[in-house]
Amino acid sequence: MKPVLMCRDVVVDFDGFRALQGVDLAVYPHEVRFLIGPNGAGKTTLLDVICGRTRATDGRVLFFSHDITKRPEYEIVQMGIARKFQSPSIFPFLTVWENMELAMRQDRRLRSVLRAKLTGEEKEMMAAQLEKIGLLDERHRLAGSLSHGQKQWLEIGMQLIQRPQLLLLDEPIAGMSAAERERTGEWLHEMAEHCAVIIVEHDMDFVRRYSKQVTVMHEGKVLCEGSMDEVQQNEQVIDVYLGRGKNACCASGM
Amino acid sequence: MNKRWGYWLFFVALFLAPFYLTEFRLSLLGKFLCFAIVAVGISLIWGYTGILSLGHGVYFGLGAYCMAMYLKLEASQGHLPDFMEWSSVRELPWFWKPFAHPVVAIAAAIVLPTLLAALLSYFTFKNRIQGVYFSLLSQAVVVVFVTLFIGKQEWTGGTNGLTNFSTVFGFSLSSPLTQIVLYWLTAAVLALIFVMTRRLTTGRLGKVLIAIRDAENRVRFLGFNPTVYKVFVYSLSAAFAGVAGALFVLQVGLISPEMMGIIPSIEMVLWAAVGGRHSLMGAIMGAIVMNTAKSFLSENYPDLWLLLLGALFVVVVLFVPKGLAGIYESLAAVRIKEKRGHECEARVDVS
Repeated sequence: MKPVLMCRDVVVDFDGFRALQGVDLAVYPHEVRFLIGPNGAGKTTLLDVICGRTRATDGRVLFFSHDITKRPEYEIVQMGIARKFQSPSIFPFLTVWENMELAMRQDRRLRSVLRAKLTGEEKEMMAAQLEKIGLLDERHRLAGSLSHGQKQWLEIGMQLIQRPQLLLLDEPIAGMSAAERERTGEWLHEMAEHCAVIIVEHDMDFVRRYSKQVTVMHEGKVLCEGSMDEVQQNEQVIDVYLGRGKNACCASGM
Repeated sequence: MNKRWGYWLFFVALFLAPFYLTEFRLSLLGKFLCFAIVAVGISLIWGYTGILSLGHGVYFGLGAYCMAMYLKLEASQGHLPDFMEWSSVRELPWFWKPFAHPVVAIAAAIVLPTLLAALLSYFTFKNRIQGVYFSLLSQAVVVVFVTLFIGKQEWTGGTNGLTNFSTVFGFSLSSPLTQIVLYWLTAAVLALIFVMTRRLTTGRLGKVLIAIRDAENRVRFLGFNPTVYKVFVYSLSAAFAGVAGALFVLQVGLISPEMMGIIPSIEMVLWAAVGGRHSLMGAIMGAIVMNTAKSFLSENYPDLWLLLLGALFVVVVLFVPKGLAGIYESLAAVRIKEKRGHECEARVDVS
């Protein structure tokens, strides 16, 4: 099977600080890939490189067979890579419905936006997505007035309605209640029926429960890959990360 | 529905103004309506898109100068304009020549400001220069143009600007009838621009603009290219200012560098701020109210105006950040709440 995403020897150099020092990563269709690692391991930076927010100093990022390393952000999104940010990033002064309207898959050039009108089909699709994230009844509220967890869900919903082929989630459950976390976790594998998912997460319980494939990062490199069980057995991982005891995970989880 | 009636009422009142205002007051109102056109553009870029431009005087001025060049040539009747003779220019400069045609002059009054704005905004927004840096840059453009226009006296009339016009399309500018027709033209342009901008902002474009204002990065990562949208609205607002400048010169009969300088540019922003920058009608009202206050105060207490202007700005920023429109909206909200409150009580009674 061809990978959705290939990172080859990606290096990011922030004025001498090498945030990523040659990362290789391959993600396959319908896969949910967890990225874990201590703070400063380069997890978020890697997501930033994939979606074009940060430019790779060296190396290549391939989306299917297209080289996207130097593409502008909006083109990368249009190709099918959606990104959810760490702190909920939605439009507070637009209603939930309007947030979805902007996120929906569409021709995003000025001249078509000038004439855009919602079709019945699109409205149904938006309503279905809102139903799914439990915000259908809130659709006329300003998004800024939602609770933190609802905002997180709205942002995830906004990514899903783009029908991406690769979804990047940066700590999606941060600030969610236990019940909300559980729903999100169950949801993850449902999402994977439609797209590949890369998810950065600090909450080890959550990773343990919902992960299949885990990639451990440390100091800008990939340390190892495998199931959570395999990873936990890996000596290097124990040394740099898990080995420091539960405190290390919990501290970084906060 | 209610709001729409308000708009109709407002514009009908404007169109009927020649029947209930004196000639002097009408000419003032005509001038204020030009300013209101600028304010609609400011509201579009600042209130909706979050771009604070302190340079709209330039676009206004360019539009005004384009129109004024035509009027000047018409007034000179084939001779060299008077100020050029004073500067001992012998021949009409090449770039003045096309302005003998009214169509060219009117087109240039719209196209030149739009092009300048597009150029400036493309390079700044493409390089992601935002916020206060953009504001300062737009202000620098004002300084450049004012200096240029004052310095090139033989081409622009220097500090005095362009004045002493006589006719437009052969009609005397001093005749009351011409002035009334020009007033109606201005009111019609304002109505047209208001309706057009309202349609833009209530459609999906308006949502994209608000989204850019509040979270430009998120917009980018939804697959929009914010630069295109920002350049578009910024240039559009410059076009509005250019049109306003052209209409202004027709009614006031004078344009000078002083009228496109830093202080007028800031005043333009103030009209929108006082009226409520997030509301197009608010911005229009702001321009009219502020300028009415200005002409009243400067007629009666000429020394006080600048002080009051400053004080007003501070009060608005501190206490009514949403301006006049904000006050109106919160009153309306209270009314709706009261209404709902009654309904709720009624429902409770039933159950």
